[in-house]
Amino acid sequence: MTNPSIQSSDLLEREYWDVQYISGPLVFLRTGSRFPTGAILELQTADGVVRHGQVLEVSQHHAVVQVLEGTQGLDVKTTTVSLQKEAARLGVSRGILGRRFNGVGAPIDGMPAPVPDAEVDIMGAAINPVSRDKPSDFIETGISAIDGMNTLVRGQKLPIFAGAGLPANEVAALIVQQAGTKNDTEEFVVVFGAMGLTEREAAFFLKSFDSGGRGNRVVAFINKANDPAIERLFAPRCALTAAEYLAFELGYHVLVILTDMTNYCDALRQISSAREEIPGRRGYPGYMYTDLSTIYERAGRIRGKKGSVTQVPILTMPDDDMTHPIPDLTGYITEGQIVLSRGLHRQGVFPPVDILPCLSRLMNNGIGEGRTRADHRQLANQLYASYAHGRDIRRLMSIVGEEALGELDRKYLAFARAFEQQMIHQGESRRTIEETLDLGWRLLSLIPKEELTRINKDLIDRYYCEIMEDGVRSPFLKEQSL
Amino acid sequence: MTLPTRTECIGKIVRIAGSMISASGMHGVAMGEVLRVGKAGLLGEVIRIDGDTVDAQVFEDTQGMFLGEPVVPTGTPLSVELGPGLLGGTFDGIQRPLSSLQKQSGDFISRGLTAPALDRSSRWLFTPTAQNGQEVTGGDILGTVPEKHFVHRILVPPKVKGVVREIAPKGEYGVDDVIAVLDGGVELRMLQVWPIKEPRPILKKLPVDRPFLTGQRVLDCLFPIALGGTAIVPGGFGTGKTVVEQTLAKYCNADIIVYIGCGERGNEMADVLDEFPHLKDPKTGGPLMDRTILVVNTSNMPVAARDASVYTGVAIAEYYRDQGYDVALMADSTSRWAEALREIASRLEEMPGEEGYPTYLAARIAAFYERSGRVECLETVREGEPPRCGSLTIVGAVSPAGGDYSEPVTQTSLRVAGALWALDATLAYRRHYPAVNWNRSYTLYLKELEEWFSTHAPAGWTERRRALVELLQRDAELQEVVQLVGPDALQDAQRLVLETARLVREVFLQQNAFSDADAYSSLPKTSGLLEAVLAFYQAAREALEKGMVLSDILRLPLREDIARLRDVSREKFEEARAEVMKRLEHQFSNLVTQRSE
Ligand SMILES: Nc1ncnc2c1ncn2[C@@H]1O[C@H](COP(=O)(O)OP(=O)(O)OP(=O)(O)O)[C@@H](O)[C@H]1O
Ligand SMILES: [Mg+2]
Repeated sequence: MTNPSIQSSDLLEREYWDVQYISGPLVFLRTGSRFPTGAILELQTADGVVRHGQVLEVSQHHAVVQVLEGTQGLDVKTTTVSLQKEAARLGVSRGILGRRFNGVGAPIDGMPAPVPDAEVDIMGAAINPVSRDKPSDFIETGISAIDGMNTLVRGQKLPIFAGAGLPANEVAALIVQQAGTKNDTEEFVVVFGAMGLTEREAAFFLKSFDSGGRGNRVVAFINKANDPAIERLFAPRCALTAAEYLAFELGYHVLVILTDMTNYCDALRQISSAREEIPGRRGYPGYMYTDLSTIYERAGRIRGKKGSVTQVPILTMPDDDMTHPIPDLTGYITEGQIVLSRGLHRQGVFPPVDILPCLSRLMNNGIGEGRTRADHRQLANQLYASYAHGRDIRRLMSIVGEEALGELDRKYLAFARAFEQQMIHQGESRRTIEETLDLGWRLLSLIPKEELTRINKDLIDRYYCEIMEDGVRSPFLKEQSL
Repeated sequence: MTLPTRTECIGKIVRIAGSMISASGMHGVAMGEVLRVGKAGLLGEVIRIDGDTVDAQVFEDTQGMFLGEPVVPTGTPLSVELGPGLLGGTFDGIQRPLSSLQKQSGDFISRGLTAPALDRSSRWLFTPTAQNGQEVTGGDILGTVPEKHFVHRILVPPKVKGVVREIAPKGEYGVDDVIAVLDGGVELRMLQVWPIKEPRPILKKLPVDRPFLTGQRVLDCLFPIALGGTAIVPGGFGTGKTVVEQTLAKYCNADIIVYIGCGERGNEMADVLDEFPHLKDPKTGGPLMDRTILVVNTSNMPVAARDASVYTGVAIAEYYRDQGYDVALMADSTSRWAEALREIASRLEEMPGEEGYPTYLAARIAAFYERSGRVECLETVREGEPPRCGSLTIVGAVSPAGGDYSEPVTQTSLRVAGALWALDATLAYRRHYPAVNWNRSYTLYLKELEEWFSTHAPAGWTERRRALVELLQRDAELQEVVQLVGPDALQDAQRLVLETARLVREVFLQQNAFSDADAYSSLPKTSGLLEAVLAFYQAAREALEKGMVLSDILRLPLREDIARLRDVSREKFEEARAEVMKRLEHQFSNLVTQRSE
């Protein structure tokens, strides 16, 4: 992963008065021949202001440097430029566990930087596709909308799409608290990458991580709302560099929470417009897909290695618009998405997951006989189809009135309502996968058996139950009585 | 790729911007020429020339490079190695075998690695078919080599001609060994090198006449394409493009599949690598992987190599076509390729066209799809001998931003593709897969395939298809009415249309790619299922005419029976279908008798 490095150590000490032009977050140096692309520079003014920047582009006429901490206070006259590192690197070791860093990997918890075992280029390198192992271990999050309908597996990248004001953080915190508590907790660690988080949000996450004594198994890279915006471009990469080290060198199962990717993309847009690049959709750069993929693709499993990197990025959909470039490009890269709904949130449903636009592409690998339960796939398909149909009828009803509906239609309406209120809604409680699946069967008993065309006959015979006089009989009872 | 170097002119890097570099002192370098860039020797390709300064796209990460590092031209355009040993292989965009890269740099791909596409140490059993003294031209067969389950025909490279002075006797040879010498001393090997951006020559294009069968009911029945045809599969994220491409790679009736993963996920490639070796190729009985060639440039691999990956794939595909095979090329996703062009164009500060894409986007896309077709392969025409024919079918996924088809890549692709398989997010949301929107999709191959279907498909195919199209059309009209006045306002006959269409959607149009029994639907099964659905429709219509009420009809357990036919295995299907048809007749006649009693 290392680049052909610069030999001369004297390069490191040399200083240049090179700054020609400063614009927004960028500094332009008079010549591009001194530093390699990607290098980290130190900029210092006569009155002691110190900044760091990364070389983006070099030519004979200039070098373009993005300044991490902002260009306030830099000038063209006294600012000296020197090389700090030939690439942005992060020192990694077991000692990073339990620590808090800023977006560029400097400790912010008042303790000295951990002694690194290795210095790793935060840009990472692509995992060779032939080295990848198939992610297939079910992660029980305790949340029915995820476990039952959009199962998360180890090594997956599954983002949460939220709107402003929707409880994405709470959902993510719940996942962190509950995931992996089932077995091998020892190997389970959390890496937290925060971009542009408010003080309150950051405190919320850190507190929730600490609960249950997991604090020493969390590594956090935190860029707060009032921290330099350009550091947001580094925070997720530092987080993933740490995660890859923990997973593939030390064998941990790492869950990476990245939030809020929307702030990340806005920082990217800021740099792009400062470079006067041709803007793509809504002003975001044309290369945003590629850029995001160098973050999201850093998840997965590797053959012959014990650990895994699972990613749950969170993003805010501007205007609740899923076709906005940020959720759109994210969805094109990640392996599904969990979408939160304002409508359900208003009704007090928690977690307010709108399952129709949700997807887990790796679900099939992680479920079924021996993993969750034999009926899982078909049951989820049936629940999906029936709920979608119920929603259609609800929409139809709002146009033509309830009187225009037939008996069967009303049953579907009732099913959709119950599905939202009982399956999706669960508050803070934790459900095992068996509980989730049983609940699914119970809800299906609200519609006639003949309608269940997505499920095999033998599974129906085994699990389906009629509504009894005294309420709903659990399929468990049925099995026990056998 | 093995590349000579032209040391007489070494240039210097004068600009580095992302995957694009400029170099000066490059006198005499040609457009498209491959360069070795920097001390690390990264591969690049010349994309603009201005005097002795050139701009080049670099196929690897340029981070850490300095101005002034050397740039060495190689004198050759970007090329692929062709010869035995490609089948079953997995290559990156510039045809380096991923397993060689893994051996060199471990689980993560590092920079500046080189690896020849074809293993030089493998031995292949060559059986000559050309004679000493025979006059040969490009495309003529020199001999054959068994490769996996295929006969690999060793062809005289295009543009070469002469008289065979000496052909190697039957025996084992490496791809580098000389197997024939022509007069004038031209040495021919099994390995040949071809510039990827140049279409391999053919004798002529032929009209298409046979279908590219996919085992997908909605495609084979409603929107079939021809062997040698093209289709595009646009759809928003998660609508099922990749599953369609992979399913076709598994079940289509082509001989050889070239699958290009262009700017998509690493895990999806791992999936193919995991699954294909264990699936059986129905034609040869060997593992499916043996008929497959993967070209992989995942989204996080260098963006310039996406452009190369598309051409690498199509050149390899043409090479097997030239041997007389039906080859299918899957490109997932062509949008990522277009975006790579856009990214490079913007670094070159070219005048952007629509949505920032370069103005030549349409030309590039058209040229790509034009490399498809059923062809008479290049060879010496001999009186009385049947020509060697091959075909190349191209199915390209398109990922429109925001799922909106009005964007440039979808629109330009639509203009050249022979079929549109439009994937629809609302269908995907309800887990209706494949989420092919039957109102929006189309194919231009119906006429050409009419004859084949009427002679080869199960009897009644064409009529049934027509009935299905009519039913779906009626359904679409009635759905509009329902949205205004509600379902109760409809008459029973109309509601029957809606109910039957729902059955069609659930049983016929939907097909679960992950169900063992249903992932592949043969023409007889497709036809049989449709027959059962239409029989229900017919019987129900007659019953309504006799005064039955719809709710009684719907209460019959028949729809469930028909639905379950889907999951019956191929061997038991005919029997089960006959059973269902019998029950259907029986139950309807019961209904009528009960009613009259
Ligand atoms: N025929 C099918 N049968 C069953 N499931 C399917 C089918 N087609 C698609 N799916 C489901 O939809 C998911 C998404 O499909 P796929 O990955 O092909 O989408 P895509 O269009 O390629 O998305 P992207 O553009 O983001 O790559 C799959 O993981 C699978 O769960
Ligand atoms: Mg895809």
